[in-house]
Amino acid sequence: MEKPLTKMMRPDGEPLSLGEYEAAGGYQALRKALGAMTPTAVVEEVKKSNLRGRGGAGFPTGLKWGFMPKADRVRRPRYFVVNADEMEPGTWKDRMLMEGNPHQVVEGALLGAYAVEADVGYIFLRAEYAKAARVLRRAIAEAYGAGYAGKNVLGSGWALELSLHISAGRYMCGEEMGLINALEGRRANPRNKPPHPQLAGLWGLPTIVSNTETVCNAPHIILNGAEWYKGISRSSDGGTKIYGASGKVKRPGLWELPMGTPLREVLEEHAGGMRDGLKFRGVLPGGASTDFLGPEHLDVKMDFDSVPKAGSRMGTGTMIILDDHTCPVGMVRNLERFFARESCGWCTPCRDGLPWAAQVLDAIEEGRGEPGDLDVLADLCRLMAPGHTYCALAAGAVEPLQSALKLFREEFERHIRDKRCPWR
Amino acid sequence: MLTESEKEEIAEEVKRAGHARAACVDALRIVQRRRGWVCDEALREVAALVDMTPAELDSVATFYSLIYRKPVGRHVILLCDSVVCWVMGHETALEHLTRRLGITLGETTADGRFTILPTACLGACDRAPAMMVDEEIHGDLTPEKIDRILEQYR
Ligand SMILES: Cc1cc2nc3c(=O)[nH]c(=O)nc-3n(C[C@H](O)[C@H](O)[C@H](O)COP(=O)(O)O)c2cc1C
Ligand code: SF4
Repeated sequence: MEKPLTKMMRPDGEPLSLGEYEAAGGYQALRKALGAMTPTAVVEEVKKSNLRGRGGAGFPTGLKWGFMPKADRVRRPRYFVVNADEMEPGTWKDRMLMEGNPHQVVEGALLGAYAVEADVGYIFLRAEYAKAARVLRRAIAEAYGAGYAGKNVLGSGWALELSLHISAGRYMCGEEMGLINALEGRRANPRNKPPHPQLAGLWGLPTIVSNTETVCNAPHIILNGAEWYKGISRSSDGGTKIYGASGKVKRPGLWELPMGTPLREVLEEHAGGMRDGLKFRGVLPGGASTDFLGPEHLDVKMDFDSVPKAGSRMGTGTMIILDDHTCPVGMVRNLERFFARESCGWCTPCRDGLPWAAQVLDAIEEGRGEPGDLDVLADLCRLMAPGHTYCALAAGAVEPLQSALKLFREEFERHIRDKRCPWR
Repeated sequence: MLTESEKEEIAEEVKRAGHARAACVDALRIVQRRRGWVCDEALREVAALVDMTPAELDSVATFYSLIYRKPVGRHVILLCDSVVCWVMGHETALEHLTRRLGITLGETTADGRFTILPTACLGACDRAPAMMVDEEIHGDLTPEKIDRILEQYR
Protein backbone atom coordinates (compact mmCIF):
# COMPACT_ATOMS: atom_id res chain seq x y z
CA MET A 1 0.00 0.00 0.00
CA GLU A 2 1.51 3.33 -1.04
CA LYS A 3 1.63 6.14 1.52
CA PRO A 4 3.22 9.06 -0.27
CA LEU A 5 2.22 11.69 2.30
CA THR A 6 3.45 9.92 5.40
CA LYS A 7 5.98 7.28 4.38
CA MET A 8 8.95 9.59 4.90
CA MET A 9 7.86 10.61 8.36
CA ARG A 10 9.71 9.54 11.47
CA PRO A 11 7.92 7.21 13.88
CA ASP A 12 8.23 9.77 16.69
CA GLY A 13 6.46 12.42 14.57
CA GLU A 14 9.37 14.87 14.92
CA PRO A 15 9.83 17.10 11.84
CA LEU A 16 12.05 15.97 8.98
CA SER A 17 14.96 18.31 8.46
CA LEU A 18 15.67 19.80 5.05
CA GLY A 19 18.47 17.29 4.52
CA GLU A 20 16.30 14.32 5.43
CA TYR A 21 13.51 15.54 3.18
CA GLU A 22 15.87 16.05 0.25
CA ALA A 23 17.48 12.64 0.80
CA ALA A 24 14.01 11.07 0.58
CA GLY A 25 13.33 12.78 -2.76
CA GLY A 26 12.08 16.11 -1.44
CA TYR A 27 12.10 19.14 -3.77
CA GLN A 28 12.70 16.87 -6.79
CA ALA A 29 9.15 17.64 -7.96
CA LEU A 30 9.82 21.36 -7.77
CA ARG A 31 13.04 20.89 -9.73
CA LYS A 32 11.20 18.83 -12.31
CA ALA A 33 8.37 21.36 -12.68
CA LEU A 34 10.66 24.37 -12.96
CA GLY A 35 13.05 22.58 -15.27
CA ALA A 36 10.72 20.85 -17.66
CA MET A 37 7.10 21.86 -17.19
CA THR A 38 5.14 25.00 -17.91
CA PRO A 39 2.70 26.17 -15.22
CA THR A 40 -0.14 25.01 -17.49
CA ALA A 41 1.42 21.55 -17.72
CA VAL A 42 1.49 21.34 -13.91
CA VAL A 43 -2.19 22.29 -13.75
CA GLU A 44 -3.01 19.72 -16.44
CA GLU A 45 -1.18 16.95 -14.59
CA VAL A 46 -3.07 17.80 -11.38
CA LYS A 47 -6.34 17.81 -13.35
CA LYS A 48 -5.59 14.35 -14.76
CA SER A 49 -4.75 13.01 -11.30
CA ASN A 50 -8.32 13.54 -10.01
CA LEU A 51 -6.99 15.19 -6.87
CA ARG A 52 -9.95 16.69 -5.03
CA GLY A 53 -9.64 19.39 -2.37
CA ARG A 54 -9.09 18.01 1.12
CA GLY A 55 -10.49 21.09 2.92
CA GLY A 56 -13.94 19.51 3.04
CA ALA A 57 -15.79 20.29 -0.15
CA GLY A 58 -13.82 18.02 -2.49
CA PHE A 59 -13.66 20.46 -5.37
CA PRO A 60 -11.29 19.19 -8.10
CA THR A 61 -7.98 20.92 -7.45
CA GLY A 62 -6.73 21.05 -11.04
CA LEU A 63 -9.97 22.64 -12.17
CA LYS A 64 -9.76 25.22 -9.39
CA TRP A 65 -6.15 26.12 -10.17
CA GLY A 66 -7.09 26.30 -13.85
CA PHE A 67 -9.69 28.99 -13.09
CA MET A 68 -6.87 31.42 -12.36
CA PRO A 69 -6.86 33.88 -15.26
CA LYS A 70 -3.71 33.71 -17.38
CA ALA A 71 -0.95 35.81 -15.94
CA ASP A 72 -0.61 39.34 -17.20
CA ARG A 73 1.42 42.31 -16.11
CA VAL A 74 -1.44 44.40 -14.82
CA ARG A 75 -3.19 42.25 -12.28
CA ARG A 76 -0.24 41.51 -10.01
CA PRO A 77 0.76 40.28 -7.56
CA ARG A 78 -1.08 36.98 -7.76
CA TYR A 79 -1.54 34.99 -4.57
CA PHE A 80 -1.44 31.35 -3.52
CA VAL A 81 -2.67 30.61 0.00
CA VAL A 82 -2.39 27.35 1.90
CA ASN A 83 -5.29 26.96 4.29
CA ALA A 84 -3.84 25.61 7.52
CA ASP A 85 -6.53 27.01 9.78
CA GLU A 86 -7.88 23.53 10.57
CA MET A 87 -10.56 24.31 13.13
CA GLU A 88 -13.18 21.78 12.07
CA PRO A 89 -13.96 19.90 15.30
CA GLY A 90 -12.59 16.37 15.20
CA THR A 91 -9.91 17.19 12.61
CA TRP A 92 -6.15 17.19 13.16
CA LYS A 93 -4.75 15.75 9.93
CA ASP A 94 -3.17 18.99 8.71
CA ARG A 95 -1.39 19.43 12.05
CA MET A 96 0.16 15.99 11.69
CA LEU A 97 1.29 16.78 8.13
CA MET A 98 2.83 20.12 9.13
CA GLU A 99 4.54 18.90 12.28
CA GLY A 100 5.87 15.71 10.75
CA ASN A 101 7.08 17.00 7.40
CA PRO A 102 6.94 20.81 7.10
CA HIS A 103 9.01 20.83 3.91
CA GLN A 104 6.37 18.75 2.15
CA VAL A 105 3.86 21.54 2.91
CA VAL A 106 6.35 24.14 1.69
CA GLU A 107 7.11 22.23 -1.52
CA GLY A 108 3.38 21.73 -2.11
CA ALA A 109 2.80 25.45 -1.63
CA LEU A 110 5.62 26.27 -4.04
CA LEU A 111 4.28 23.91 -6.71
CA GLY A 112 0.76 25.30 -6.34
CA ALA A 113 2.13 28.81 -6.56
CA TYR A 114 4.15 27.94 -9.66
CA ALA A 115 1.14 26.27 -11.28
CA VAL A 116 -0.98 29.42 -10.97
CA GLU A 117 1.95 31.77 -11.62
CA ALA A 118 1.69 33.37 -8.21
CA ASP A 119 4.14 35.95 -6.91
CA VAL A 120 3.26 35.76 -3.24
CA GLY A 121 2.38 32.75 -1.09
CA TYR A 122 0.99 32.50 2.41
CA ILE A 123 0.49 29.63 4.79
CA PHE A 124 -2.48 30.66 6.93
CA LEU A 125 -2.06 28.86 10.27
CA ARG A 126 -4.29 28.78 13.32
CA ALA A 127 -2.60 30.22 16.41
CA GLU A 128 -3.07 27.17 18.61
CA TYR A 129 -0.72 25.11 16.42
CA ALA A 130 2.38 26.48 18.13
CA LYS A 131 4.63 23.58 17.20
CA ALA A 132 3.56 23.68 13.55
CA ALA A 133 4.38 27.41 13.59
CA ARG A 134 7.88 26.74 14.87
CA VAL A 135 8.70 24.02 12.36
CA LEU A 136 7.11 25.81 9.39
CA ARG A 137 8.92 29.05 10.14
CA ARG A 138 12.17 27.15 10.12
CA ALA A 139 11.29 25.20 6.97
CA ILE A 140 10.43 28.40 5.09
CA ALA A 141 13.74 29.96 6.11
CA GLU A 142 15.59 26.83 5.00
CA ALA A 143 13.71 26.83 1.68
CA TYR A 144 14.84 30.41 1.08
CA GLY A 145 18.38 29.46 2.03
CA ALA A 146 18.42 26.59 -0.45
CA GLY A 147 17.02 28.72 -3.27
CA TYR A 148 13.60 27.01 -3.39
CA ALA A 149 11.84 30.28 -2.55
CA GLY A 150 12.72 33.91 -3.09
CA LYS A 151 13.81 36.10 -5.96
CA ASN A 152 14.97 33.56 -8.53
CA VAL A 153 13.75 30.12 -7.60
CA LEU A 154 16.38 27.52 -8.57
CA GLY A 155 17.66 29.94 -11.18
CA SER A 156 14.45 29.70 -13.19
CA GLY A 157 13.66 33.39 -13.14
CA TRP A 158 10.42 32.79 -11.27
CA ALA A 159 10.13 34.72 -8.00
CA LEU A 160 8.01 33.76 -5.05
CA GLU A 161 7.79 35.33 -1.61
CA LEU A 162 6.43 32.80 0.90
CA SER A 163 5.42 33.65 4.43
CA LEU A 164 3.58 32.29 7.41
CA HIS A 165 0.51 34.11 8.73
CA ILE A 166 -0.48 33.21 12.25
CA SER A 167 -4.12 33.79 13.01
CA ALA A 168 -5.75 34.34 16.41
CA GLY A 169 -8.69 31.94 16.73
CA ARG A 170 -12.20 31.65 15.22
CA TYR A 171 -13.48 28.88 12.93
CA MET A 172 -14.58 31.39 10.29
CA CYS A 173 -10.97 32.25 9.45
CA GLY A 174 -10.78 28.92 7.59
CA GLU A 175 -13.62 29.82 5.24
CA GLU A 176 -11.99 30.86 1.99
CA MET A 177 -13.40 34.41 1.77
CA GLY A 178 -13.23 34.92 5.54
CA LEU A 179 -9.59 33.90 5.36
CA ILE A 180 -8.93 36.46 2.63
CA ASN A 181 -10.52 39.20 4.71
CA ALA A 182 -8.47 38.08 7.71
CA LEU A 183 -5.26 38.32 5.67
CA GLU A 184 -6.22 41.90 4.81
CA GLY A 185 -6.55 42.73 8.50
CA ARG A 186 -10.35 42.72 8.48
CA ARG A 187 -12.92 40.73 10.43
CA ALA A 188 -13.17 37.26 8.94
CA ASN A 189 -16.66 37.72 7.52
CA PRO A 190 -17.02 36.17 4.10
CA ARG A 191 -17.58 38.14 0.92
CA ASN A 192 -20.29 37.55 -1.58
CA LYS A 193 -19.37 35.22 -4.47
CA PRO A 194 -19.07 35.82 -7.38
CA PRO A 195 -16.56 37.22 -8.03
CA HIS A 196 -14.61 34.15 -7.03
CA PRO A 197 -11.21 34.68 -5.44
CA GLN A 198 -9.45 33.44 -8.57
CA LEU A 199 -10.65 36.67 -10.19
CA ALA A 200 -10.85 39.01 -7.22
CA GLY A 201 -9.37 37.65 -4.01
CA LEU A 202 -6.75 39.11 -1.71
CA TRP A 203 -6.62 42.89 -2.25
CA GLY A 204 -8.90 42.34 -5.24
CA LEU A 205 -6.24 40.31 -7.07
CA PRO A 206 -6.24 36.73 -8.39
CA THR A 207 -5.98 34.32 -5.46
CA ILE A 208 -6.12 30.58 -4.85
CA VAL A 209 -6.88 29.06 -1.45
CA SER A 210 -6.06 25.36 -1.12
CA ASN A 211 -6.03 23.10 1.92
CA THR A 212 -2.80 21.87 3.52
CA GLU A 213 -3.38 18.18 2.78
CA THR A 214 -4.34 19.10 -0.79
CA VAL A 215 -1.04 20.83 -1.52
CA CYS A 216 0.96 18.03 0.15
CA ASN A 217 -0.24 15.78 -2.70
CA ALA A 218 1.15 18.02 -5.44
CA PRO A 219 4.83 17.02 -5.20
CA HIS A 220 3.96 13.32 -5.48
CA ILE A 221 1.67 13.86 -8.46
CA ILE A 222 4.30 15.88 -10.29
CA LEU A 223 7.12 13.46 -9.50
CA ASN A 224 5.28 10.17 -10.17
CA GLY A 225 2.59 11.25 -12.62
CA ALA A 226 -1.20 11.38 -12.67
CA GLU A 227 -1.59 7.72 -13.71
CA TRP A 228 0.39 6.47 -10.72
CA TYR A 229 -1.62 8.77 -8.45
CA LYS A 230 -4.94 7.45 -9.72
CA GLY A 231 -3.64 3.91 -9.38
CA ILE A 232 -3.01 4.12 -5.63
CA SER A 233 -6.66 4.96 -4.96
CA ARG A 234 -9.55 2.55 -4.45
CA SER A 235 -12.03 4.97 -6.04
CA SER A 236 -12.40 7.40 -8.92
CA ASP A 237 -10.97 10.22 -6.73
CA GLY A 238 -7.20 10.03 -6.93
CA GLY A 239 -4.58 9.30 -4.32
CA THR A 240 -4.61 8.55 -0.64
CA LYS A 241 -6.46 10.25 2.18
CA ILE A 242 -5.49 10.93 5.76
CA TYR A 243 -8.43 9.35 7.56
CA GLY A 244 -8.98 9.69 11.26
CA ALA A 245 -11.19 8.38 14.02
CA SER A 246 -11.95 9.84 17.44
CA GLY A 247 -14.45 9.18 20.20
CA LYS A 248 -14.67 6.00 22.26
CA VAL A 249 -12.81 3.71 19.89
CA LYS A 250 -9.91 1.56 21.07
CA ARG A 251 -7.19 3.44 19.19
CA PRO A 252 -8.10 6.96 18.12
CA GLY A 253 -5.72 8.16 15.43
CA LEU A 254 -4.89 9.09 11.86
CA TRP A 255 -3.99 6.75 9.00
CA GLU A 256 -3.00 7.38 5.41
CA LEU A 257 -5.03 4.92 3.33
CA PRO A 258 -6.10 4.61 -0.30
CA MET A 259 -8.91 7.01 -1.17
CA GLY A 260 -12.18 5.08 -1.04
CA THR A 261 -11.30 2.84 1.92
CA PRO A 262 -14.60 1.72 3.49
CA LEU A 263 -15.65 3.40 6.72
CA ARG A 264 -15.86 0.02 8.46
CA GLU A 265 -12.24 -0.78 7.64
CA VAL A 266 -11.04 2.50 9.16
CA LEU A 267 -13.15 1.98 12.24
CA GLU A 268 -12.52 -1.70 12.86
CA GLU A 269 -9.04 -2.43 11.49
CA HIS A 270 -7.29 0.82 12.16
CA ALA A 271 -9.13 2.31 15.12
CA GLY A 272 -9.51 -1.16 16.65
CA GLY A 273 -13.30 -1.01 16.91
CA MET A 274 -15.28 0.27 19.88
CA ARG A 275 -13.95 0.18 23.42
CA ASP A 276 -15.02 -2.89 25.36
CA GLY A 277 -18.62 -2.74 26.53
CA LEU A 278 -19.62 -0.04 24.05
CA LYS A 279 -21.53 -0.30 20.83
CA PHE A 280 -21.29 1.83 17.71
CA ARG A 281 -24.32 4.09 17.39
CA GLY A 282 -23.48 6.68 14.77
CA VAL A 283 -20.69 8.61 13.09
CA LEU A 284 -19.99 12.06 11.75
CA PRO A 285 -17.82 10.88 8.85
CA GLY A 286 -15.85 14.03 8.17
CA GLY A 287 -15.87 16.45 11.08
CA ALA A 288 -18.60 18.33 12.94
CA SER A 289 -20.32 19.75 9.88
CA THR A 290 -21.34 16.46 8.25
CA ASP A 291 -24.57 14.42 8.59
CA PHE A 292 -24.65 11.51 11.03
CA LEU A 293 -24.57 8.05 9.50
CA GLY A 294 -25.83 4.95 11.35
CA PRO A 295 -24.69 1.30 11.53
CA GLU A 296 -26.42 0.53 8.21
CA HIS A 297 -23.90 2.78 6.44
CA LEU A 298 -20.67 1.31 7.76
CA ASP A 299 -19.79 -0.19 4.39
CA VAL A 300 -19.79 3.15 2.59
CA LYS A 301 -16.57 3.94 0.74
CA MET A 302 -14.94 7.04 2.14
CA ASP A 303 -14.64 9.23 -0.95
CA PHE A 304 -16.27 12.39 -2.19
CA ASP A 305 -18.92 10.71 -4.37
CA SER A 306 -19.80 7.67 -2.25
CA VAL A 307 -20.47 9.30 1.14
CA PRO A 308 -23.18 11.62 -0.30
CA LYS A 309 -24.98 8.54 -1.65
CA ALA A 310 -25.29 7.35 1.95
CA GLY A 311 -26.65 10.78 2.95
CA SER A 312 -23.62 12.58 4.33
CA ARG A 313 -20.35 14.10 3.17
CA MET A 314 -16.75 13.06 3.22
CA GLY A 315 -15.81 16.45 4.75
CA THR A 316 -12.33 16.27 6.24
CA GLY A 317 -12.38 12.45 6.40
CA THR A 318 -11.74 12.46 10.14
CA MET A 319 -14.68 10.65 11.68
CA ILE A 320 -16.21 11.26 15.09
CA ILE A 321 -17.84 8.20 16.62
CA LEU A 322 -20.97 8.19 18.79
CA ASP A 323 -21.25 5.21 21.13
CA ASP A 324 -24.35 3.81 22.85
CA HIS A 325 -23.43 5.25 26.27
CA THR A 326 -23.34 8.85 25.04
CA CYS A 327 -26.48 10.95 24.69
CA PRO A 328 -27.12 11.85 21.03
CA VAL A 329 -29.15 14.91 22.09
CA GLY A 330 -26.31 16.13 24.28
CA MET A 331 -23.87 15.61 21.42
CA VAL A 332 -25.99 17.60 18.98
CA ARG A 333 -26.43 20.33 21.57
CA ASN A 334 -22.66 20.55 21.92
CA LEU A 335 -22.29 20.81 18.13
CA GLU A 336 -24.89 23.56 17.72
CA ARG A 337 -23.41 25.54 20.61
CA PHE A 338 -20.08 25.42 18.80
CA PHE A 339 -21.59 26.66 15.55
CA ALA A 340 -23.62 29.36 17.33
CA ARG A 341 -20.50 30.66 19.05
CA GLU A 342 -18.43 30.59 15.86
CA SER A 343 -21.05 32.23 13.59
CA CYS A 344 -19.60 35.50 12.35
CA GLY A 345 -23.00 37.20 12.50
CA TRP A 346 -22.95 38.47 8.94
CA CYS A 347 -26.33 37.06 7.90
CA THR A 348 -29.55 36.72 9.85
CA PRO A 349 -30.55 33.05 9.46
CA CYS A 350 -27.21 31.93 10.89
CA ARG A 351 -26.71 34.70 13.47
CA ASP A 352 -30.20 34.23 14.94
CA GLY A 353 -31.01 30.68 13.90
CA LEU A 354 -28.03 28.96 15.49
CA PRO A 355 -28.43 30.40 19.02
CA TRP A 356 -32.13 29.63 18.75
CA ALA A 357 -31.42 26.00 17.82
CA ALA A 358 -28.89 25.77 20.65
CA GLN A 359 -31.45 27.11 23.15
CA VAL A 360 -34.09 24.64 22.06
CA LEU A 361 -31.55 21.83 22.39
CA ASP A 362 -30.55 23.14 25.86
CA ALA A 363 -34.19 22.98 26.88
CA ILE A 364 -34.67 19.44 25.57
CA GLU A 365 -31.46 18.17 27.17
CA GLU A 366 -32.28 19.85 30.49
CA GLY A 367 -35.81 18.43 30.66
CA ARG A 368 -37.64 21.60 29.67
CA GLY A 369 -38.50 20.45 26.14
CA GLU A 370 -41.99 20.97 24.66
CA PRO A 371 -43.75 18.77 22.10
CA GLY A 372 -43.47 21.42 19.33
CA ASP A 373 -39.70 21.77 19.77
CA LEU A 374 -38.75 19.21 17.14
CA ASP A 375 -40.82 21.12 14.56
CA VAL A 376 -39.01 24.31 15.54
CA LEU A 377 -35.67 22.57 14.99
CA ALA A 378 -36.81 21.22 11.61
CA ASP A 379 -37.94 24.73 10.61
CA LEU A 380 -34.60 26.16 11.64
CA CYS A 381 -32.85 23.58 9.46
CA ARG A 382 -34.86 24.84 6.50
CA LEU A 383 -34.18 28.47 7.39
CA MET A 384 -30.41 27.89 7.39
CA ALA A 385 -30.34 25.71 4.27
CA PRO A 386 -27.75 26.28 1.53
CA GLY A 387 -28.49 29.41 -0.47
CA HIS A 388 -29.94 31.31 2.50
CA THR A 389 -26.60 32.43 3.91
CA TYR A 390 -23.34 33.98 2.74
CA CYS A 391 -21.14 31.06 3.65
CA ALA A 392 -21.39 27.35 4.33
CA LEU A 393 -21.02 27.55 8.12
CA ALA A 394 -24.79 27.54 8.63
CA ALA A 395 -25.41 24.74 6.13
CA GLY A 396 -22.67 22.75 7.83
CA ALA A 397 -24.31 23.32 11.21
CA VAL A 398 -27.61 22.02 9.85
CA GLU A 399 -26.13 18.71 8.69
CA PRO A 400 -25.59 17.00 12.08
CA LEU A 401 -28.85 18.47 13.39
CA GLN A 402 -31.14 17.42 10.55
CA SER A 403 -29.65 13.93 10.42
CA ALA A 404 -29.85 13.49 14.21
CA LEU A 405 -33.52 14.47 14.13
CA LYS A 406 -34.08 11.56 11.75
CA LEU A 407 -31.64 8.99 13.09
CA PHE A 408 -32.19 9.57 16.82
CA ARG A 409 -35.82 10.75 16.69
CA GLU A 410 -36.96 8.49 19.52
CA GLU A 411 -34.21 9.83 21.81
CA PHE A 412 -35.37 13.41 21.30
CA GLU A 413 -38.97 12.37 21.91
CA ARG A 414 -37.99 10.46 25.05
CA HIS A 415 -36.20 13.52 26.49
CA ILE A 416 -39.31 15.63 25.89
CA ARG A 417 -41.76 13.02 27.19
CA ASP A 418 -39.80 12.08 30.33
CA LYS A 419 -38.63 15.66 30.95
CA ARG A 420 -35.07 14.48 31.56
CA CYS A 421 -31.98 13.16 29.87
CA PRO A 422 -31.82 9.41 30.48
CA TRP A 423 -27.99 9.52 30.43
CA ARG A 424 -27.69 11.97 33.32
CA MET B 1 2.62 54.16 25.91
CA LEU B 2 4.09 51.56 23.63
CA THR B 3 7.76 50.87 24.26
CA GLU B 4 10.40 51.51 21.63
CA SER B 5 10.90 47.78 21.09
CA GLU B 6 7.17 47.25 20.58
CA LYS B 7 7.09 50.06 18.03
CA GLU B 8 10.12 48.71 16.23
CA GLU B 9 8.76 45.21 16.05
CA ILE B 10 5.41 46.48 14.76
CA ALA B 11 7.13 48.65 12.16
CA GLU B 12 9.01 45.58 10.95
CA GLU B 13 5.77 43.61 10.58
CA VAL B 14 4.15 46.48 8.69
CA LYS B 15 7.09 46.61 6.32
CA ARG B 16 7.03 42.87 5.78
CA ALA B 17 3.26 42.83 5.20
CA GLY B 18 3.34 45.53 2.55
CA HIS B 19 -0.14 46.77 3.46
CA ALA B 20 -0.09 48.28 6.96
CA ARG B 21 -3.45 46.91 8.08
CA ALA B 22 -2.48 43.37 7.08
CA ALA B 23 -0.06 43.47 10.02
CA CYS B 24 -2.74 44.39 12.56
CA VAL B 25 -3.13 40.95 14.15
CA ASP B 26 0.64 40.57 14.41
CA ALA B 27 0.85 44.04 15.92
CA LEU B 28 -1.78 43.26 18.54
CA ARG B 29 0.03 40.04 19.37
CA ILE B 30 3.33 41.89 19.79
CA VAL B 31 1.69 44.04 22.44
CA GLN B 32 -0.15 41.15 24.04
CA ARG B 33 3.01 39.03 24.28
CA ARG B 34 4.59 41.62 26.54
CA ARG B 35 1.56 42.81 28.51
CA GLY B 36 -0.70 39.78 28.59
CA TRP B 37 -3.57 41.72 27.02
CA VAL B 38 -4.34 44.78 24.88
CA CYS B 39 -5.59 47.83 26.80
CA ASP B 40 -7.45 50.74 25.18
CA GLU B 41 -4.41 52.99 25.22
CA ALA B 42 -2.22 50.42 23.50
CA LEU B 43 -4.97 49.69 20.99
CA ARG B 44 -5.15 53.36 20.03
CA GLU B 45 -1.41 53.54 19.49
CA VAL B 46 -1.32 50.31 17.49
CA ALA B 47 -4.17 51.60 15.31
CA ALA B 48 -2.10 54.60 14.27
CA LEU B 49 0.83 52.35 13.36
CA VAL B 50 -1.25 50.04 11.16
CA ASP B 51 -3.17 52.84 9.51
CA MET B 52 -6.58 52.01 10.96
CA THR B 53 -8.97 53.92 13.17
CA PRO B 54 -9.13 52.65 16.76
CA ALA B 55 -12.74 51.57 16.22
CA GLU B 56 -11.82 49.62 13.13
CA LEU B 57 -8.92 47.90 14.86
CA ASP B 58 -11.09 47.11 17.88
CA SER B 59 -13.69 45.52 15.61
CA VAL B 60 -10.96 43.20 14.33
CA ALA B 61 -9.40 42.63 17.76
CA THR B 62 -12.73 41.62 19.29
CA PHE B 63 -13.46 39.24 16.42
CA TYR B 64 -10.61 36.99 17.50
CA SER B 65 -10.88 34.71 20.50
CA LEU B 66 -7.15 34.86 21.24
CA ILE B 67 -6.68 38.63 21.33
CA TYR B 68 -7.51 39.61 24.89
CA ARG B 69 -9.14 42.99 25.43
CA LYS B 70 -9.42 42.38 29.18
CA PRO B 71 -6.65 41.46 31.62
CA VAL B 72 -5.87 37.75 31.92
CA GLY B 73 -3.79 35.74 34.37
CA ARG B 74 -0.11 34.89 33.91
CA HIS B 75 -1.19 31.61 32.33
CA VAL B 76 -4.22 31.20 30.13
CA ILE B 77 -5.91 27.80 30.17
CA LEU B 78 -7.84 27.13 26.97
CA LEU B 79 -10.15 24.25 27.73
CA CYS B 80 -11.51 22.57 24.61
CA ASP B 81 -15.29 22.23 24.73
CA SER B 82 -15.85 20.86 21.22
CA VAL B 83 -17.59 17.64 20.38
CA VAL B 84 -14.84 15.02 20.73
CA CYS B 85 -13.70 16.40 24.07
CA TRP B 86 -17.34 16.53 25.14
CA VAL B 87 -17.79 12.84 24.31
CA MET B 88 -14.55 11.98 26.11
CA GLY B 89 -15.24 13.81 29.36
CA HIS B 90 -14.87 17.56 28.98
CA GLU B 91 -17.51 18.15 31.66
CA THR B 92 -15.49 16.29 34.29
CA ALA B 93 -12.37 18.25 33.36
CA LEU B 94 -14.26 21.54 33.53
CA GLU B 95 -15.79 20.70 36.89
CA HIS B 96 -12.43 19.75 38.34
CA LEU B 97 -10.62 22.80 37.00
CA THR B 98 -13.22 25.26 38.22
CA ARG B 99 -13.45 23.65 41.67
CA ARG B 100 -9.69 23.42 41.98
CA LEU B 101 -9.04 27.03 40.96
CA GLY B 102 -12.20 28.48 42.52
CA ILE B 103 -13.12 30.34 39.33
CA THR B 104 -15.39 29.71 36.40
CA LEU B 105 -14.88 30.15 32.66
CA GLY B 106 -13.77 33.67 31.77
CA GLU B 107 -12.44 34.42 35.26
CA THR B 108 -8.95 34.90 36.70
CA THR B 109 -7.70 33.52 40.03
CA ALA B 110 -7.23 36.10 42.78
CA ASP B 111 -3.44 35.59 42.70
CA GLY B 112 -3.40 36.38 38.97
CA ARG B 113 -1.97 32.99 38.12
CA PHE B 114 -4.63 31.45 35.85
CA THR B 115 -7.49 32.45 33.56
CA ILE B 116 -9.74 29.72 32.16
CA LEU B 117 -11.33 30.22 28.76
CA PRO B 118 -13.39 27.85 26.66
CA THR B 119 -11.99 27.12 23.23
CA ALA B 120 -12.99 25.37 20.02
CA CYS B 121 -11.37 22.07 19.02
CA LEU B 122 -7.61 22.17 19.60
CA GLY B 123 -6.91 19.41 17.09
CA ALA B 124 -5.84 17.00 19.83
CA CYS B 125 -8.81 14.67 19.37
CA ASP B 126 -6.74 11.49 19.76
CA ARG B 127 -5.89 12.69 23.28
CA ALA B 128 -9.27 14.09 24.30
CA PRO B 129 -10.22 15.67 26.61
CA ALA B 130 -7.56 18.29 26.06
CA MET B 131 -6.56 21.77 27.11
CA MET B 132 -3.86 24.22 26.18
CA VAL B 133 -1.89 26.16 28.77
CA ASP B 134 0.07 29.03 27.21
CA GLU B 135 1.65 27.29 24.19
CA GLU B 136 1.49 23.70 25.43
CA ILE B 137 -1.27 21.16 24.70
CA HIS B 138 -2.12 18.66 27.42
CA GLY B 139 -4.32 15.68 26.60
CA ASP B 140 -5.99 12.64 28.17
CA LEU B 141 -7.02 14.86 31.08
CA THR B 142 -8.07 13.29 34.34
CA PRO B 143 -8.53 15.15 37.63
CA GLU B 144 -5.15 13.85 38.88
CA LYS B 145 -3.41 14.80 35.67
CA ILE B 146 -4.92 18.29 35.76
CA ASP B 147 -3.52 18.78 39.28
CA ARG B 148 -0.06 17.76 38.12
CA ILE B 149 -0.22 20.06 35.11
CA LEU B 150 -1.30 23.07 37.16
CA GLU B 151 1.74 22.56 39.40
CA GLN B 152 4.01 23.24 36.40
CA TYR B 153 2.74 26.79 35.98
CA ARG B 154 3.64 29.30 38.65
C1 LIG C 1 -16.84 27.80 8.33
C2 LIG C 1 -15.84 27.18 7.42
C3 LIG C 1 -14.58 26.86 7.91
C4 LIG C 1 -13.62 26.28 7.07
N1 LIG C 1 -12.40 25.97 7.59
C5 LIG C 1 -11.46 25.40 6.78
C6 LIG C 1 -10.17 25.07 7.28
O1 LIG C 1 -9.87 25.28 8.46
N2 LIG C 1 -9.26 24.53 6.42
C7 LIG C 1 -9.56 24.30 5.11
O2 LIG C 1 -8.71 23.83 4.37
N3 LIG C 1 -10.77 24.60 4.62
C8 LIG C 1 -11.72 25.14 5.41
N4 LIG C 1 -12.94 25.46 4.89
C9 LIG C 1 -13.15 25.26 3.44
C10 LIG C 1 -12.59 26.46 2.67
O3 LIG C 1 -13.60 27.43 2.51
C11 LIG C 1 -12.10 26.08 1.29
O4 LIG C 1 -13.13 25.44 0.62
C12 LIG C 1 -10.88 25.18 1.28
O5 LIG C 1 -9.82 25.73 2.00
C13 LIG C 1 -10.45 24.93 -0.13
O6 LIG C 1 -9.36 24.04 -0.18
P1 LIG C 1 -9.42 22.72 -1.04
O7 LIG C 1 -9.99 23.08 -2.38
O8 LIG C 1 -8.02 22.28 -1.12
O9 LIG C 1 -10.30 21.77 -0.30
C14 LIG C 1 -13.92 26.02 5.72
C15 LIG C 1 -15.20 26.34 5.24
C16 LIG C 1 -16.14 26.89 6.07
C17 LIG C 1 -17.50 27.21 5.53
S1 SF4 D 1 -23.57 31.73 7.41
FE1 SF4 D 1 -23.02 32.36 9.48
S2 SF4 D 1 -20.80 32.32 9.51
FE2 SF4 D 1 -21.43 32.34 7.33
S3 SF4 D 1 -21.56 34.52 6.79
FE3 SF4 D 1 -23.58 33.98 7.52
S4 SF4 D 1 -23.49 34.55 9.71
FE4 SF4 D 1 -21.38 34.42 9.01
